[in-house]
Amino acid sequence: MSQSQSDGAPSTSNRTPAARAGLSDPNTIVFSEAQLAEVRRLQALYPDTRGALLPVLHMAQETFGYISLEAEEYVATLFDLSPAHVHEVVTFYTLYFRERPGRHVVAVCHNLSCHLAGAPGIVAHLRQRLGIDPGETTDDGRVTFLTVECLCACEAAPMMQVDDRYEMNLTPAKLDQILRGLA
Amino acid sequence: MSGEAILMRNFGRSDSHTIRAYVETGGYQGWAKARSMEPTAIVDEVKRANLRGLGGAGFPTGTKWSFIPKNHTGPVYLVINADEGEPGTFKDRYLLERDPHALIEGMLIAARAINSAKGFVYIRGEYVEPWRRFSTAVREAYEAGHLGKGLDIVVHRGAGAYICGEETGLISSLEGKKGWPKLKPPFPAIKGAFGAPTIVNNVETLSHVPHIINRGAAWFAGLGTKSQGGTRMYSVSGRVVRPAVYEAPVGITLRQLIYDRAGGVTGNGRLKAVVPGGSSAAILTADEIDVTMDVDGLKNAGTMAGSAGVIVMDETVSIPEALMVVARFYAHESCGQCTPCRESTGWIYKMTRRIVEGRGQKDDLDTILDVAKRGAGTTICAFYDGAVGPYISYIEKFRAEFEGLIPHA
Repeated sequence: MSQSQSDGAPSTSNRTPAARAGLSDPNTIVFSEAQLAEVRRLQALYPDTRGALLPVLHMAQETFGYISLEAEEYVATLFDLSPAHVHEVVTFYTLYFRERPGRHVVAVCHNLSCHLAGAPGIVAHLRQRLGIDPGETTDDGRVTFLTVECLCACEAAPMMQVDDRYEMNLTPAKLDQILRGLA
Repeated sequence: MSGEAILMRNFGRSDSHTIRAYVETGGYQGWAKARSMEPTAIVDEVKRANLRGLGGAGFPTGTKWSFIPKNHTGPVYLVINADEGEPGTFKDRYLLERDPHALIEGMLIAARAINSAKGFVYIRGEYVEPWRRFSTAVREAYEAGHLGKGLDIVVHRGAGAYICGEETGLISSLEGKKGWPKLKPPFPAIKGAFGAPTIVNNVETLSHVPHIINRGAAWFAGLGTKSQGGTRMYSVSGRVVRPAVYEAPVGITLRQLIYDRAGGVTGNGRLKAVVPGGSSAAILTADEIDVTMDVDGLKNAGTMAGSAGVIVMDETVSIPEALMVVARFYAHESCGQCTPCRESTGWIYKMTRRIVEGRGQKDDLDTILDVAKRGAGTTICAFYDGAVGPYISYIEKFRAEFEGLIPHA
């Protein structure tokens, strides 16, 4: 990297506009002492500390809400890796959010078994109830709505994941009930 | 054919995931026995049992273990593939949630067989509850003194990528990289995770191992067919009366599974097609279901046992639409490393979509078949071959239905 990074602003000019990439205040991107101890514990579990990169990125997302470019750079320093390597990893996987998601993430499976069980209707119902398309977040920041590939609960299709939970055997009425429970 | 439940024997108990329930029902006795066995004797026992990998490839497990170099002095790793993601498959989720100690005991035995002191269990990131359950079981196994005395287990969460279920993609991911598969050779048994000899086994495969050691290879081999021992867990979904996971001897037929176990076909009640082994398996028509569900039975039928995810379609299902859904999946999950896969999966999805939307062109079907056949076998891993299975079989077996959607076809 030829440009100075001393102002904390990564060179994003050729990439996603900074606001959309969700650049946050760099001062807030820091783990607590306890979390740093956890990072070191995780790193020691692997023959090469780098093995802990995915788990530490999960920690970073839980802590900071999403993985901003700042967070990538911060995690890179914890591993003595280049920010480019961390960026490559973050962008490869679907579970790392690069923008702040809604307070709840509703991810509807649209793969074959769910499709056969009516997933298109589930997606249409959510689109209508939430007023957004898959990939979007409601204006009030309550829900991010996604369609995803097989979550491997095909016996209970159609299904979706809401945050950490699997919600199975969905119907429009059950969807409405679930949505009412999301603050 | 109902048969004895082995892997699922405790699933009816609400506390089946606890070490207490596991031990009460004979748990950790296989390990007790294996501790006094020579590693080579364990490998031989598993070979004689005809246990084959149940994650997808169907490779003989004992043979895989025997590939670890004999005189190797450095670390050897045992890696468990719990990155279940093959569409139509959900068995490993049940095992992680309802019988996690069977996997831990299987790992203890396998680790002794391959002389490994460290196991990694790679669980797909979406499996939060299975991850919690399994992590709790690992803590219990440490407290009971089974772990920490020769074997340590690290539970590792993935982050969302189907390709990490491919064993070398999984290794890349475990190493803290994007999950790009690696060229073979070297095979993982020679140079795997972190450069060390590594065995990657599926959850269900290793959950069988304690029973094999406990009850003997002959018993296990006798449950199955000539070339594959035991039972396996069939995930049955789609248009059936009772979608669920069913454990059955591998010699069960697809017809028995659909009609005797899953209660028959819903929709209009008439079977049209079945995917027998997860979405990467070639589709079978209604008159091709008198096949045994073992690795070789399905191979001989021109498809594959894969992960044993059975997806049933009745006559009201549109096969072109089903292919579009499957093609969308492969386009989304292609890791992008190899050109034939990266490009073909994207274009084939777009072509299937335009066919379904009534915008197909006269040559589209032949173009898809041509592209699919040319690309097969040209990539680093089996992902693209897995996509080609449905592309070719859906179109060749249901061509008239596709043509009916294409104007001027």
